Amino acid sequence: MMKVKQVLKRVTKHSLFFPLTCLAIVLIINLIKTPTFFRISLNNGVLYGYMMDILNRSSELIILAVGMTLVVAGSGGTDISVGAVSSVAGAVTIFALVGSMSSDTYRMPYGLAVLLGVLAGMVCGAFNGFLVAKLRIQPMVATLILFTAGRGIAQVITQGFILYVRKEQFKYLGNFIPGVPIPTPIFIATIVVVITVLILKKTALGLYIQAVGINSKAARLVGLNSTLFTFLVYTFSGLCAGIAGMIITSRVYSIDANNAGLNIELDAILAVAIGGNSLSGGKFSIAGSIIGAITIQALTTSLYAMKVTADQLPVYKAIVVIIIVMIQSTELKRMVKSLHHKFLCSRERRWAK
Amino acid sequence: MIQRIRNRLSDNTFLLFITICLFIAMYIAGIIIYRDNNFGRFQVFLNLFISNAGLIVAAVGMTMVLITGGIDISIGSVVAMTCMLLAWMMENKNIGALPAIIIVLLIGIVFGLVQGWLIAYLKIQPFIVTLAGMFFARGMTAVISSDIISIKNETFLAIANAKIYLPFGGYLNRKGTMVYPYLYPSVIIGIVVLILIYMMLKYTKFGRSIYAVGGNEQSALLMGLNVKRTKLKVYVLNGFLAALAGFVFCLNTSGGFVEQAKGFEMEAIAAAVIGGTLLTGGVGNVIGSLFGVLIKGTIETFITFQGTLSSWWTKIVIAALLCFFIILQSILVFTKHKRRKAIT
Repeated sequence: MMKVKQVLKRVTKHSLFFPLTCLAIVLIINLIKTPTFFRISLNNGVLYGYMMDILNRSSELIILAVGMTLVVAGSGGTDISVGAVSSVAGAVTIFALVGSMSSDTYRMPYGLAVLLGVLAGMVCGAFNGFLVAKLRIQPMVATLILFTAGRGIAQVITQGFILYVRKEQFKYLGNFIPGVPIPTPIFIATIVVVITVLILKKTALGLYIQAVGINSKAARLVGLNSTLFTFLVYTFSGLCAGIAGMIITSRVYSIDANNAGLNIELDAILAVAIGGNSLSGGKFSIAGSIIGAITIQALTTSLYAMKVTADQLPVYKAIVVIIIVMIQSTELKRMVKSLHHKFLCSRERRWAK
Repeated sequence: MIQRIRNRLSDNTFLLFITICLFIAMYIAGIIIYRDNNFGRFQVFLNLFISNAGLIVAAVGMTMVLITGGIDISIGSVVAMTCMLLAWMMENKNIGALPAIIIVLLIGIVFGLVQGWLIAYLKIQPFIVTLAGMFFARGMTAVISSDIISIKNETFLAIANAKIYLPFGGYLNRKGTMVYPYLYPSVIIGIVVLILIYMMLKYTKFGRSIYAVGGNEQSALLMGLNVKRTKLKVYVLNGFLAALAGFVFCLNTSGGFVEQAKGFEMEAIAAAVIGGTLLTGGVGNVIGSLFGVLIKGTIETFITFQGTLSSWWTKIVIAALLCFFIILQSILVFTKHKRRKAIT
């Protein structure tokens, strides 16, 4: 009996218990609502189904969440500019490809344009990193600058037009490569995650980022260059935003500077929070964030399936956020505990009488 | 000489001083560049207030929240929800203008109460709580109605369009009659809120405790201030002001739709920061925020007078200004830190 309890305790105390429970709840509700939820079928050589759709759509969110996790872990702040930065990256790539007119011919090699876009994302990230690491500005405020200006810069690049790339090859990145039944974004997300995890696990970088996030002063006294790590973390987040921007623009083979990746930064922060990561920095779990990202996409997809319109969606997301942060709040636990204690005391007193 | 001015101005007033100088410089530049387009007319100046009355109210509330060291990114959505509710209640439910306004303000207070409780008593990060608030209010706007509702209520439109003429500052038009500059009631509301909050922050016990809590929470607690309750009150007041800003905003737009007032919260934060409010808390001034709003208004006026520039330039210029002021703040804080170290 004792052993069962111990095992149970170990399971519930595991860092991935919370995000997995969230995901399970969402999936179970879906299964009850739509029994065909887990069915995956092969149509026209391509895999179809709710699950595929969720995984496909959550790819860019996973990529952003990976970057965001490191930002949160390394600086105890959030990068709210990722949505705007991915819009900039998309605008740079498409402008490099077709110029300021929608067209079906490339001006330069595709690879080079993608590289330029991702580089633009990195530059934006580096700018954020410089403000946070070197000038010691609070992360939210520093990234607020690009949050405000990012879409404006993207508009300047596209000159206010929605630019289209009318070429089949451009759609491969965000949709399907002919002959491959799995959507390309899933591959990209997997590659990003694997490389990041390998770098974090095989080098001491992950440990360093954690150390800086827990106490940057202490980390500096130990001999770590905290400024450099904070800078790197933000640059990496910019890189992730750039890659996500590539997928977003390829999905719709166009760039709409005002709407590309709109509000995605909020989803990314949410994914990190659901993943069980403390938003004040320190210990982090990439796996948790990935599960968090999938959970959010599953929630979004299932709400769409329940005929909730896109405008109304935020209400449900807000409720989920509040429930999650209340569960994680140590203050609430203490309140409940003290109430429970009071209740016990009063019962004892009654018995004493 | 410069040293004497520098000594007299503390760091905080120094930031405010720069902001005011910048505003005056920009305005004079505008008068010189666009002298053919009557930029110098008093009415153009008043238009800054007319088109930004809602933002003034919101920025005042935001300044207060920032002084406590918190942040509230939900106000843009609350403004949208307020406009939509007002329009929906008056047009679809035939509720009178006055009851509708009162209901909306009460909802704002409740909204602030919930957020404040979560932030102050459960100690959840303000950014996360108000992020949820932002989602919630924006979503509720769509739940109320996803159409564009324009307000046709007579009482409401009468309030919105009541021109209040000033007895001075007029000019002779081509026909030779005197045209006096005018204001709308929305501006009066904005100015009254500004003055009231300024007095409150400066002269009341509550106002001073807001600064104390923002400056150093631990010391405020040791001083015997009720930190949690102060924070709660600030968020409640901010919720009220956000709803009031929504009402004022609605006076200008006379309608509600889902995408309304997007990015409003960021404009309010930018105005406060440009006005010299430190985001680390403890320092700030609503007068500065007023000038922050006016600077934003001036940039917009430039862009309309120019005619060929697109509206996204506003965003870029504001972000550049924001960047400049944030870096300035960080340098000021840094030198202050150094000076203090040199003394001890």
